[in-house]
Amino acid sequence: MGILEVKDVNKRFGGLQALKDVNLSVRENTVHAIIGPNGAGKSTLLNCLVGKLIPDTGSVLFEGQSVLGRKPHEINQMGISRVFQTPEIFGDLSVLENVLIPVFARRDGAFRLHAFETVANESELIEQADAILTDVNMIDKRHAHAASLSRGDKRRLEMAMCLVQNPKLLLLDEPTAGMARANTNATIDLLKEVHEQRDITMVIIEHDMHVVFSLAQRITVLAQGTPLVEDTPENIKGHPKVKEAYLGETQQV
Amino acid sequence: MLGLNKRDFLLLLVVSAMAALTPFLFQPFAETSPLAQFNGGYPDLMAKVAIFGIFAMGFNILFGLTGYLSFGHAAFLGVGSYAAVWMFKLLSLNIFPALILAILVSGLFSVVIGYISLRRTGIYFSILTLAMAEMSYRLAYSVLTPLTNGETGLQVRPTDPRILDRNSSANYPNLFGLELSDSYQLSLGNHVFTFNVGFYVCAVFFVIAFYLSLRIFRSPFGMMLRAIKSNQTRMNYTGLNPRPYALAAFVISGMYAGLAGGLLAVMDPLAGAERMVWTASGEVVIMTILGGAGTLLGPVLGAGVIKYLENIFSKINENVLEGWFHFLPEVVREPVVWFFARFTGEGWALTLGLLFMLVVIFLPGGLMQGGQKLVGLFRRKKKSGDDATTHSTPAE
Repeated sequence: MGILEVKDVNKRFGGLQALKDVNLSVRENTVHAIIGPNGAGKSTLLNCLVGKLIPDTGSVLFEGQSVLGRKPHEINQMGISRVFQTPEIFGDLSVLENVLIPVFARRDGAFRLHAFETVANESELIEQADAILTDVNMIDKRHAHAASLSRGDKRRLEMAMCLVQNPKLLLLDEPTAGMARANTNATIDLLKEVHEQRDITMVIIEHDMHVVFSLAQRITVLAQGTPLVEDTPENIKGHPKVKEAYLGETQQV
Repeated sequence: MLGLNKRDFLLLLVVSAMAALTPFLFQPFAETSPLAQFNGGYPDLMAKVAIFGIFAMGFNILFGLTGYLSFGHAAFLGVGSYAAVWMFKLLSLNIFPALILAILVSGLFSVVIGYISLRRTGIYFSILTLAMAEMSYRLAYSVLTPLTNGETGLQVRPTDPRILDRNSSANYPNLFGLELSDSYQLSLGNHVFTFNVGFYVCAVFFVIAFYLSLRIFRSPFGMMLRAIKSNQTRMNYTGLNPRPYALAAFVISGMYAGLAGGLLAVMDPLAGAERMVWTASGEVVIMTILGGAGTLLGPVLGAGVIKYLENIFSKINENVLEGWFHFLPEVVREPVVWFFARFTGEGWALTLGLLFMLVVIFLPGGLMQGGQKLVGLFRRKKKSGDDATTHSTPAE
């Protein structure tokens, strides 16, 4: 049994069958990449995992519990965090506050009326936040306005916001999209480090094969809403079906 | 002290001192001076500034922190007034039962309106709140006349039951027997300062309201409210449910409005539906934006400026202007007086409108931003090269 079990998931948008009989099993403590050409249904699948979309049929189990019908914040409280393609951070808040909010969310749950406590008095939580900022090399920017950060820093901040929650499963939606090669490599190193130090299971959706083959231990290839193959990176590299899926796309274009 | 750090405690002390010294601060000119008409130190205006300061401060907890722009907050003000007057009629003319009921009823009312309106965000939320407030206003005139006494408004009458103080001869709200209309006048040279019980009651509530607002701003709850304004998607994916946070902010600001409405009834025990009309809701929006949404003191400043313009500028009529410009030859005087009369007297709203436009265009952060810029300029001149930041204190 994997930590995440997707069984026979179907999702249809009008006339488009976005996901068709998707089965996926993610084993604990692995980095599992989902690759596939544009329109293969990668993002739809991810959105089904975090509660943004509800599949028409099928089941999604996280640690044996169904996530279907739960709201995004409930799914996050189960231990699933998500990094977005374009970083979603609290732009109007300081870097430290950005990291403090997930810490509060872990301690206090989805809602608590803590109107007469003082943020500054929560030294334990602030220490946790500072520790993660040190880990991602952003401690010197803790008072900076999050919106004023560079794109790379925003992504590192978002990663810190997810990691500080100690998620069991981290979902990453194209974490290196639009990045220069140097930044991509830095992100790869960061993710590797996170995986090795924290034993976090990761599901990565990625276009960049360099990233995929540097990180992933298992790879699922999705094409036209259906998983073609699931295997180790070594076996995927030379797989004829994979080549066909990607080549097929380029020929159509 | 009081759960505040040194800087905030100092701020609270300054605000309390300013509230206590308002009768001096609003009365800068001698009675004999030609500028005496710019004096605002009379109880009615001072109390209004405190009351609308509370109203705007509460509105700011919703709009300034969460970004939800309510266009119906005057409904809670009106409900608070009605509740207070009913308490005067049924129970006693003591102000405490009236104010407690005003806060409770407007709190309940805002739970209902907030629960429905917060299903939408942005402009749709604003329209929903506007619709609810208009509905309350119309209902107060029609179906709810037994509760609101329609156009006449709800009044305290000698025939009221007043269970607790039936035998007292009082006709006006009081603080355990102390008449709110009582004033003490202090004459210093040509200056006359008025110390009014009613104003000080409002000032005490104002300081309490400011303290609570300060605590909310510094709390994790306040930080969550700012997170709502900043990015609701990230909030959801961080395991937080924005809806109850927004609803709590809505209800708190509704209760502030209820307190303000109750205090209006305390100062003048009469409640009419016109308090709920949509321009009254617009007024608190303008106060908050003019002063600076999201800042602690901005809304109060905005309330002060608007109430001052409304009460002082509106008194400057053409006769007064004639007096000022009598040194000019008549050919020039008439057009000059005509011109300035557009901006004063009945035209005070034009001055407010222009001021509002200037602030929104050049100081999107409101008058508070203007103040900060001035302080910044001043500091830079004083010690050039020093990186003096005028930013508010960070969270730790």
